[in-house]
Amino acid sequence: MRRALAAKYPGVVLVIRADLVDEIVAHARRDHPNEACGVIAGPEGTDRPERLIPMVNAAALPGYPGFHHPETGTVRFGDTFYTWESKADLLLDRELSARDETMVVIYHSHTKPGSEAYPSVIDVEIAQGHPDAHHVIVGMQDPRNPGRPEVRSYRTVDSGLDEAGLVEEAVEVVESYMFAHTGADAVPDKD
Amino acid sequence: MATVSIPTILRTHTGGEKSVEAKGATVSEVIDDLESRHSGLRDRLITNGNLHRFVNVYVDDEDVRFAGGLQAPVKDGSTVTILPAVAGGVR
Repeated sequence: MRRALAAKYPGVVLVIRADLVDEIVAHARRDHPNEACGVIAGPEGTDRPERLIPMVNAAALPGYPGFHHPETGTVRFGDTFYTWESKADLLLDRELSARDETMVVIYHSHTKPGSEAYPSVIDVEIAQGHPDAHHVIVGMQDPRNPGRPEVRSYRTVDSGLDEAGLVEEAVEVVESYMFAHTGADAVPDKD
Repeated sequence: MATVSIPTILRTHTGGEKSVEAKGATVSEVIDDLESRHSGLRDRLITNGNLHRFVNVYVDDEDVRFAGGLQAPVKDGSTVTILPAVAGGVR
């Protein structure tokens, strides 16, 4: 399914360094069973994730009043919901702007048993506010791979053909961005 | 006058401008003023008379949700920052 989508939208792929994927998964493991969240910033216009910035999940903080989830009628806390503290959102925006960076990846984890790394209704809504980012979800409890977090990525696509409003994209994990076009086995010429 | 910082996704309403001026004594008035020159902006910010749940508005760096929401005061020379919020989670 994922490969078919990638073939349909050849430009729609997340190219990301292995160490960054490891950092995302490590963050998700640290915060489990709460949902982890964060950003990977990269230089504006490059679509290259470079710098991982873990964010605090405000819904997991003591005293969080709960998010009233309209679609399900439940009150959510940090194990089934995440949100950035609004001040952190502002400070991050300012920091990225000052550094000519953008949010290349926005990531979070899903932690409940049976929960896939698949976007929920709110995940889709939020993605519309950040249409240029790669929206990465880590599934901590994929029944097909118990004990192994699953990392999947989604993009907004104008045609809206996916019923979730997002299209899944391939994730190409590379050892280094220098050899992104030739593969990790390429060896540079000695000068 | 207040200086309003517009996030990337809303710049289609401001002709690409990331910073615009607006007047008003409250956030609501500032949004109405913005709407008069940048049609369509208000509907992106306000739903059913309230600030959209996933839009953050700050006046002088303070989230207006803690300062009266749409009735939060705006002073002459204030900065107003609008950002899309980030949230989500499992179904």
